[in-house]
Amino acid sequence: MPHTPTPPYTSPARLLALGMVVLAMLWATLTLAQTPGDTAATVAVETAPAPQPPLPATGIRAYDAPNDGGHAITVEWTASGDDGQGRNNVVMYRVLRTPALRGPISPDSVPPGDPSYRLFDSRAYGTAAWRFIENQWDTLADVPMGSTRYENRGGKQRASNDFLPDHIEFRYKVLTINDAGGIAESEVSAPASASGQYLHTGKLLHIGIPVVIFLALVLYFINAAKSGRELYIRPLAGINAVDEAIGRATEMNRPILYVLGLGAADEIATIASLTILSRVTKKVAEHRTELLVPCYDAVVMSIAQETVKQAYLDAGRPDEYKDDIVYFVTQEQFAYVAAVNGTMLRRQTATNFYLGVFFAESLILAETGSIAGSIQISGTDRTTQIPFFVVACDYTLIGEELFAASAYLSREPKLLGTLKAQDYAKAIFLGVLIAGCVGAALQWQWIARTFHLSF
Amino acid sequence: MNFFEKMFAIDRRWVYLTLFVAVVVSLLLDFSIPVPISKEARNIYNYIEGLNAGDAIHLALDYDPSVSAELDPMTLSVLKQCFTKDIKVIITALHQFGPALAAERIDTAVARHAALTGEKKINGVDFVYLGYKPYPVLIILGMGQNYRIPFPRDYYGVSLDSLPMMANIRNYSDVKAVINISGTSATDWWISYGNGRYGVPLAIGVTGVMATEYYPYLQTDQIFGLLGGLKGAAEYEMLVNTPGPAVEGMKVQIVAHAIIILFIVIGNVGFFAMRRSEKRKA
Amino acid sequence: MKRQLPLAIIFLCGAFTLFQYFIPHEQSEYLYEFVALDWPPIIGVFALMLGIFSLIRVSWGKIRRKSENWPYAIVTLIGLAGMIATGLPGIGDHNAPAVRWQFNYIVYPVSATMFSILSFFIASAAYRAFRARSFLATVLLVSAVIVMIRFFPLGPLTDPVGTTADWVLNVPNLAAKRAIVIGVGLGIVATALKIVLGIERSYMGRD
Repeated sequence: MPHTPTPPYTSPARLLALGMVVLAMLWATLTLAQTPGDTAATVAVETAPAPQPPLPATGIRAYDAPNDGGHAITVEWTASGDDGQGRNNVVMYRVLRTPALRGPISPDSVPPGDPSYRLFDSRAYGTAAWRFIENQWDTLADVPMGSTRYENRGGKQRASNDFLPDHIEFRYKVLTINDAGGIAESEVSAPASASGQYLHTGKLLHIGIPVVIFLALVLYFINAAKSGRELYIRPLAGINAVDEAIGRATEMNRPILYVLGLGAADEIATIASLTILSRVTKKVAEHRTELLVPCYDAVVMSIAQETVKQAYLDAGRPDEYKDDIVYFVTQEQFAYVAAVNGTMLRRQTATNFYLGVFFAESLILAETGSIAGSIQISGTDRTTQIPFFVVACDYTLIGEELFAASAYLSREPKLLGTLKAQDYAKAIFLGVLIAGCVGAALQWQWIARTFHLSF
Repeated sequence: MNFFEKMFAIDRRWVYLTLFVAVVVSLLLDFSIPVPISKEARNIYNYIEGLNAGDAIHLALDYDPSVSAELDPMTLSVLKQCFTKDIKVIITALHQFGPALAAERIDTAVARHAALTGEKKINGVDFVYLGYKPYPVLIILGMGQNYRIPFPRDYYGVSLDSLPMMANIRNYSDVKAVINISGTSATDWWISYGNGRYGVPLAIGVTGVMATEYYPYLQTDQIFGLLGGLKGAAEYEMLVNTPGPAVEGMKVQIVAHAIIILFIVIGNVGFFAMRRSEKRKA
Repeated sequence: MKRQLPLAIIFLCGAFTLFQYFIPHEQSEYLYEFVALDWPPIIGVFALMLGIFSLIRVSWGKIRRKSENWPYAIVTLIGLAGMIATGLPGIGDHNAPAVRWQFNYIVYPVSATMFSILSFFIASAAYRAFRARSFLATVLLVSAVIVMIRFFPLGPLTDPVGTTADWVLNVPNLAAKRAIVIGVGLGIVATALKIVLGIERSYMGRD
């Protein structure tokens, strides 16, 4: 078989074919050289009409989020004309951010091999990361239709992914997206930067001013009481019964049990209970009755030991004080309950005080005391436990009565003065509540705005 | 003492005995109770259903064994839903007697999911268990800054930075919600600090005794859902389509309530009869 | 000095916390979260040692004096020593099988039993408390029964009873609770102010 020579590459047919291939490659190269977005757009145009964009959000503005520790910028805009009106087909807004470069840009911030964008040199501001890219719009969040506000709250740690530095300017824009996938871009906001504030104006208005008013009332009534003005306070059965309960224990020659509750030392109810313990101990010391104070919290135990010791000293009976009066049991809720219940039943305590913070153990303690036949005086600020105490105890101090008990027991003018101040503060509260109710009924928005908590 | 006087003053031990017998008998009998789903429970279910696969939630299990009968079914149901939906879960246990209990419940949920679907959920990838640290307020505040501040390592001693799931999770802003299942006042701290200070969406599951205390927070939107006691647990079991001990326990609860109502009626009949006879005597 | 120094410390700490609340700046938050809040665990750990010491002293005293039911004190001390010993690093740790065993077979069942006693006490307390002695007591009684029967399958009455129970829980119940909570809130502020300003010092054992 003879060897068939291959046709020469320079034949006209070959050249034509080669030319067509080169043209095809050139066309493909040019097409592919376009950005992917452009390609998609081209294809979309060919296959289906582009979704009609909604009306854009307008009036975009960014500003430092008020009353915070920094690292947050608030973005606000006016809703699109198609959001809740017009074509009413907006589904969400997308918030985007880019750094507004005004600071120094380091030459070495250009990533090698890619001159198309530059990194924002956050190191110039003492931060560690290279993160903010000039002219790159980062998507921050999608917020649902109807929204006109987004808070860009970033991380505070420099190493964190969403770190938002203070005192560096950013610009924002908002994309409005409708149900057909149409997107409309807003204007770009003026630059804004985050910073921390040294005074929370919202808290000052809603908490600072009321506290100052309350403090003024307290000081006024303390002075009034000191100057001899008679302050009437409603008698409390639970407080009046304290003397009787201690007297009963003395007559029966049985101990008194004082439970400070399960609260830690930083709970005001526990502190209130410690103040009552001090006054009860003085009376107990005078009557020479035995006192038992089993504790749940070791810190509370330490304070209670000092309180009781000092009360014995003040009552003039330091010799009666023993270290075993106040003792630690355990920091496990139901083990503590078991221990206290055991003490009640074995020692047949004549009087039980439960004053402080209580949880599910309240009824278990009070029912056991009731079975043991003790007189029981309870008090807590836990609203859930109050009904249990009311049912099973002889006397219950409800909520704030626990805090008032110390003043009742001492009858000191300065303490009674604060009680009176509390009453007036409550009257002011009541007035505000009624105004709020009336305002809500009559749709007086300014009342709602005045008392709207801005934190 | 006549019959009515006896009705008026039944020895409390009879009450205990009757309740005990009723509870045991209702456990032995085979009957079922319909469990209507409340809005508060459905809100939690819908919220988790609305999340995407790969999203993370924080499940704070702040309870000890004394309340596990009420709260365990909530924990297992929420874990089941998250595992089914491929939602990542960060778990903490801020009660000193809770960590071992929580570890066991996680193991149970993983085993159940594996038995049901054949898929083994992996610690560090699908869930992370951080365990316990004392002083819940400080821990909740610390996690608000960064989970790594209070928990540089997880319960099993592995560095958080080496766990794949934690790569993009820094603090509450990276989780979609905190579900706090609690028998302690830790719930108050989650409301004050988790939601109040850091603004993380919060839902709670608490014991029946605690539930009424937290309804106001529901009205003020500080929590978006609430599971109250065994009833709440039973509702969630029904929602995730796995009726279990809570639904079973509803039988006992209803019988116990019926017994209590019966005693209230007996007490009142005795009371009125006594009052009538006293009036007659007068 | 012994009297003034603690009061000065209390005033300074109270004033710092109060003013810090109104300063949202990062440095103020940092001071609060990382400095002020670091103290409680430190104090707590040392106080816990005092607590354990107190428990040992009281229990040992009972054993030494052979006071009533003294053998229980031995059980307490054995429990304390056993749990600490098995949980100590080197001997075991919080995940050691011995610690888990003590939790699973002693602490857990005993705790659950104590909590479940509550249901018996609730039944007995309800029997004694819910008597229609007066108009208000009757309102309380009726409300309690409605709330309790809301889970019952009552046929056509299920929905109305459920709605009524929800109303009772969400309207009168919450109204009363809010009133108590407002009172408690004011009481807390008043007590805190009294303590910070040194008006109330009886918790220190002094007037």
